[in-house]
Amino acid sequence: MDLKDLYRDVIVDHNRNPRNFGKLDPADAHADGHNPLCGDRLSLYVNLDADRIREVKFDGSGCAISVASASLLTEAVKGKTRAEIKALFEDMHALLTQHDANVDIAKLGKLAALSGVREFPARVKCASLCWHTLNAALEQQAEPVTTE
Amino acid sequence: MSAHPAPLATAGLDIEAIRRDFPVLHQKINGKPLVYLDNAASSQRPQAVIDAISRYYEHDHANVHRGVHTLSQRATDAFEGARDVVRRFINARDTKEIIFVRGTTEAINLVAQSFARPKVGAGDEILISGLEHHANIVPWQLLCEQTGATLKVIPITSSGEVDFAAFEKLIGPRTKLLALAHVSNALGTVVPVEKFIAVARSHGVPVLLDGAQGIPHSKVDVCALDCDFYCFSGHKMLGPTGIGVLYGRQQLLQAMPPWQGGGDMILSVSFEKTTFNQLPWKFEAGTPNISGAIGLAAAIRYLEDTGLDRIAAYEHELLEYATQRLQKIPGLTIVGTAPHKAAVVSFVMQDIHPHDIGTILDTEGVAIRTGHHCAMPVMDFFKVPATARASMAFYNTFEEIDRLVAALEHAREVLG
Repeated sequence: MDLKDLYRDVIVDHNRNPRNFGKLDPADAHADGHNPLCGDRLSLYVNLDADRIREVKFDGSGCAISVASASLLTEAVKGKTRAEIKALFEDMHALLTQHDANVDIAKLGKLAALSGVREFPARVKCASLCWHTLNAALEQQAEPVTTE
Repeated sequence: MSAHPAPLATAGLDIEAIRRDFPVLHQKINGKPLVYLDNAASSQRPQAVIDAISRYYEHDHANVHRGVHTLSQRATDAFEGARDVVRRFINARDTKEIIFVRGTTEAINLVAQSFARPKVGAGDEILISGLEHHANIVPWQLLCEQTGATLKVIPITSSGEVDFAAFEKLIGPRTKLLALAHVSNALGTVVPVEKFIAVARSHGVPVLLDGAQGIPHSKVDVCALDCDFYCFSGHKMLGPTGIGVLYGRQQLLQAMPPWQGGGDMILSVSFEKTTFNQLPWKFEAGTPNISGAIGLAAAIRYLEDTGLDRIAAYEHELLEYATQRLQKIPGLTIVGTAPHKAAVVSFVMQDIHPHDIGTILDTEGVAIRTGHHCAMPVMDFFKVPATARASMAFYNTFEEIDRLVAALEHAREVLG
């Protein structure tokens, strides 16, 4: 296990300077995510044009992996449709959990920096929390999502 | 770099010899020698404990209290012998006062349901402190939901101590029980329980102590403490997981109804009437954790042979050294600064989340706990989502604390 695989420069950068950090008020959709194991809490806010994400922001607090993952997510999903986001979610899930994942890394762009997380099983939930939270926001779930 | 005061500071313990007794310590994690500083979560086992359990399974195992055959007699003798070892260890008057349970959590639940529930109703109060582990919160919340009683919480101070003046105001005629941590798992605070017990006595309020963190690090004498219940777990004091002890004052246990029904806790059963067994078996339904009790007795013997006073003195040196070294790390804040602490240092670092600290330290071979330590109200009080916690045992060394410090410096380089 090499620490450099986990804390790549892109991740350290997005942790120090998270993009799209803040609230959208009003927001078309919003959800809270919580990882009780390490205390990560984040909220995602989404504004939609029909089926397409026009604006997305997040706030909250968490470890470097969860903050960087959320920051990268906001950059990646802006302008995408629900169907495109669903496909991206599946690719990210495979990237974070499967060693032999058949994922087109080029298509993932900067999100691929999170591939090192799969070497650190205890941290997969940190990286996936924002994706589950986005799903919840898009499905407008009333209950906060949790990784447990 | 290291400036620890050797060799006096080991309180007469031969740490290298002690370390040889703990096989798990001698391994590499991620290519680095293991530094195990997560003892408040669970301690490690000396070879003597592992051997006692193996020997029992290799030579003596059968069910207890049942057979006339030789193995059943040996197993019963070993199991009941373990109970007497525990009794002597905590200076209880009688083995009737030693109930084997799964751990501290089960002991507290037993007292909540069997002792408190029949006595408590609407308008009554259960008093706990803001330092408690979830295991000494949730059983009382369940009890309050079942009975209409109210849970009252003694506040803690900014140093992580239980506010004694506030306690004196909160205890009163409605208080039916005081349930207090002996030592805080999240912060290491040693609660001066004697003071609290004396006040509770003057109000006629029974007292339960959560001793999960208290018993591994100092001599506990339940008679001197004058508490009514003392609960602890084997796995935090070199013993096996899945075994723990409820000490209860005999007259209270005698009056309490059984908690769980089943084999071993009965004298006779018919469909019309069941006669319950005597203490302590009344509270031990089903085949007990025989090997766990035997392992626990071996752990107690190991602790006694090593010397509890010497262990406490050496762990105090480790705490002082760790506190002094960690305080010098820029951006690091120690959470919980009570003057009297067990060998636990909980801390946060500026701009580095505890979870990241935990991962980075693991790549350096250093095992600590990160998170809320099953004490979310303590985290809320200090307004942190989590802390990193290094907890020492007497098999740790000053050099290992140097390794912790170096690993934290490395964390600052990676993420700071």
